[in-house]
Amino acid sequence: MPPGFSGDGGGNGLSRKDFQSDQDVRWCPGCGDYAILSTVQRVLPELGVDKENVVFISGIGCSGRFPYYMDTYGMHSIHGRAPAFATGLKVSNPALDVWIVTGDGDALSIGGNHLIHALRRNIDTQILLFNNKIYGLTKGQYSPTSELGKVTKSTPYGSVDAPFNPVAVALGADASFVGRTMDRDPKHMKALMKAAHAHAGASFLEIYQNCNIFNDGAFFEFTERDTKSERALFVEDGQPLTYANGTKGLRLDGLSLEAIDLESDRWSVSDCLVYDTSDRQMAHLLGRIFWEDDLPRPFGVLYQEARPTYGDLVHQQLEAVTEKKGAGTLHDLLHSGDTWTID
Amino acid sequence: MSAPDTAAPTSIPEATVLFAGDSGDGMQLTGSQFTLASAYAHNDLATLPDYPAEIRAPAGTTYGVSGFQLHFGAVDIHTPGDKVDLLIAMNAAALKVHKHRVRTGGTIAVNTDAFADRDLDLADLDSNPLTDGSLADYEVIEIPLTTLTRDALADTSLSKKQVDRSKNMFALGLALWMYSRPVAPAEDWIRQKFADQPAIRDANLHVLRKGTHYGETIEAIGHRYTVDAAAMKPGTYRAIRGAQALALGLVAAGDQSGLDVFYGSYPITPASDILHEISKHKNFGVITFQAEDEIAAVGSAVGASFSGNLGVCATSGPGVALKTETIGLAVMTELPLVVINMQRGGPSTGLPTKPEQGDLLQALYGRNGEAPLPVIAPTSPGDCFYAAYEAARIATKYMTPVMLLADGYLGNGSEAWRIPSIDDLPPFDVRFETGPTDRTMHKDDDGNDQFLPYVRHEDTLARVWARPGTPKLEHRIGGLEKEARTGNVSYDAENHQRMVETRAAKVERVAQDYPPTAVHGATEGELLVLGWGSTKGAIEEAVERVNESGRRVGRVQLRHVFPLPRDLEEILDRFETILVPELNNGQLIRLLRDTYLRDFQPLNKIQGRPFRAEEIVAAIENHLG
Ligand SMILES: Cc1ncc(C[n+]2csc(CCOP(=O)(O)OP(=O)(O)O)c2C)c(N)n1
Ligand code: SF4
Repeated sequence: MPPGFSGDGGGNGLSRKDFQSDQDVRWCPGCGDYAILSTVQRVLPELGVDKENVVFISGIGCSGRFPYYMDTYGMHSIHGRAPAFATGLKVSNPALDVWIVTGDGDALSIGGNHLIHALRRNIDTQILLFNNKIYGLTKGQYSPTSELGKVTKSTPYGSVDAPFNPVAVALGADASFVGRTMDRDPKHMKALMKAAHAHAGASFLEIYQNCNIFNDGAFFEFTERDTKSERALFVEDGQPLTYANGTKGLRLDGLSLEAIDLESDRWSVSDCLVYDTSDRQMAHLLGRIFWEDDLPRPFGVLYQEARPTYGDLVHQQLEAVTEKKGAGTLHDLLHSGDTWTID
Repeated sequence: MSAPDTAAPTSIPEATVLFAGDSGDGMQLTGSQFTLASAYAHNDLATLPDYPAEIRAPAGTTYGVSGFQLHFGAVDIHTPGDKVDLLIAMNAAALKVHKHRVRTGGTIAVNTDAFADRDLDLADLDSNPLTDGSLADYEVIEIPLTTLTRDALADTSLSKKQVDRSKNMFALGLALWMYSRPVAPAEDWIRQKFADQPAIRDANLHVLRKGTHYGETIEAIGHRYTVDAAAMKPGTYRAIRGAQALALGLVAAGDQSGLDVFYGSYPITPASDILHEISKHKNFGVITFQAEDEIAAVGSAVGASFSGNLGVCATSGPGVALKTETIGLAVMTELPLVVINMQRGGPSTGLPTKPEQGDLLQALYGRNGEAPLPVIAPTSPGDCFYAAYEAARIATKYMTPVMLLADGYLGNGSEAWRIPSIDDLPPFDVRFETGPTDRTMHKDDDGNDQFLPYVRHEDTLARVWARPGTPKLEHRIGGLEKEARTGNVSYDAENHQRMVETRAAKVERVAQDYPPTAVHGATEGELLVLGWGSTKGAIEEAVERVNESGRRVGRVQLRHVFPLPRDLEEILDRFETILVPELNNGQLIRLLRDTYLRDFQPLNKIQGRPFRAEEIVAAIENHLG
């Protein structure tokens, strides 16, 4: 188990065990997916949802096996299309608590189209993107999040593809909730899952996940004790942006972010940008930290906005039309328009 | 030309009229109003609009011509008509495009005002057909339609454009007069449509009347006809287009099953018309979802079916190609799904506005792995209603995706449709698991009670259907091979074979519900014409014609293309020769040869056009010798 893990459970009379299926978990030993699975199984009892209303829908990839391990309703669908299935499911039955589990290749390569449209429409689901910067299930080709120059089986001379930054994609698609967390910080992961679940609308949560077989240590600079504090910044709504145990911060320099040394005489914490998760511009600034190596990578809820969900709008319209026209009767519908009778 | 004899019109059994003009000339409206008048005259009828593929083609060009063909009669009408008796051509381009459809000796009424040099130029005509003798085989009625309309409306305050727009009413009035149709329905319609624009309303009414008066007073029109009421089954009728009928069939399926219809779709011609129609009916609880592409459309429909709704999607060939993988998932997860394919000319984008039966093999075999599914092909615009209803019933009863193969000919075409009584619709019951039962539960590896999602109903082999939200029936489904009963992922060799065979056997069971296959005409003998889907009208007419001349030919139209009806082989055995007309390069015939190991004779037409009855007559006679 990764460090910092604390078990709980028990909400709604259910415990972690109630969400474990009888299927053997078959990920590679040491895979970051285990931590995500067990965190989800620990979070769910605390959410107060009824087990029979929970549905996990996944695409294809190592992450795609996730639903089989959950003793809830679930569907292991096809590569990249989980948002499409989830859309039909959630809109058909708004009472369901729908979670989408996807990988970086699944969500951003073959499924890129569905992801952006689910976000733009604001389908009320939690989208957990397990980003391991590699194709795991197909045994180690580079993915749309792999860094430029990545040497893999399919790119022996290095990849020449510019990578996607998932949170920037989500922000660009007008997601109403965008967050980032990591497999090796279950406490943070749990808090973010709760926040994602509490949000009404499409909650996009990128989870840095270690694939110890094909891309071991891809995120270690952010997740491991010796570098984490310098390289990871945990944003909190209403709090100044500081990191490295409060010795460093981010300030706004014109329209750019600048890392500042809070131990120097020049800067103090009052110079740091105070984060506002409802500020789209700020989210874009932080969400773009990916290409700059001199800035720490932000984690936490980067953006959140309250706006109507697609399902709500669909059902409001159904009700409004039904109120206006009256509930349809089949006989009248079939006899509508010009009719004539032959005796 | 003989003198007009308006006192005694000639009675004829049937006629075909074609209105053709520029896209802006209002030909579809004119055709629809003539259709309505014929319906009120209690004729049987079939119609076919023919729109240009271009959205706003330049005026006066041949590719901007819009047509509406109507076949009506005192006799049974099976098709929109092989040959046109009266063509009303509003300009030179319309004449050029449609002249060949008129029978020798037929009548062509032309708007002579649209034959100036510029009009001939736009229509790409080297000489004026009104003077170059090329219309010698027809009876031509020359009418300065634009001038007459302008004269009639000389005193109105309307703009020239508005005046010219009402000239289609002149054409309508004249056609109504020529076939002794009632004028009142068109008048009522004008009054309703332009209730808020009295000037336009009055102008249209006036021009309509001018059109009928013109017929009465002008000697140029040699004949006037009556077409008696057809002997149709008593009941209430409406004209219905196939696309409309499909939408209504789906709404009816939802209504009768108690399932909410979820319709996921991505626009494509000619399937979009179903989306346009069904999205009007939200007060039936129908959810429509315009997805980002066809993959999302079918995915959303499968998601809806997983939730316990009726998931439906409609598209055309290229869209079906995109949906392939997801349809396979629906086969594997054994969820109900209705996929409507409004076939059009292919491959690729092909002939997007023209009908073809080119996607049968795609429907049967176009998926990876062993993935059979039932295929239904409606045989007329009105039958689309029943086919959609039946597709939904089969999908839910057998827990399987069903492919419905229509085409643009059915979708756009219309016929006089006897509205069914709701009580006459086949019952539509759906079985949901509502809680644990001995049959559907077992103890899992950890000793906990587990639901068995792949336990089957004995009569149908369909697996049980449990909606998310039902306590204690939590389960997972997916594309990996399933262990029988538990539905757990299984790579076991024997299990895979067993599951493939079970899914196939389940689809075969669908045939147990078919009514006996109807054989029309001769029930045994020299030749059977075996068609499928939308070719029914042409085949029916051809076989009737051949049999009227004393031959004994039989006819079967397959509506259930897969699985094939169980009694078909015995029927085939009663005939020496079996002719299989298809609007493709021979697709059903492969299934037939493969299934029955005997010979069949192909008749293939791949021109983006439906069969004409005479083409099938010729093929029959050729085989009979
Ligand atoms: C249509 C289709 N194309 C390709 C594949 C093969 N495939 C399976 S998973 C995968 C990539 C998965 O990568 P990612 O989403 O990053 O997930 P991971 O395995 O790393 O969790 C591919 C290409 C497939 N299953 N389906
Ligand atoms: S290949 Fe990588 S991502 Fe997949 S299970 Fe193994 S460690 Fe995990």
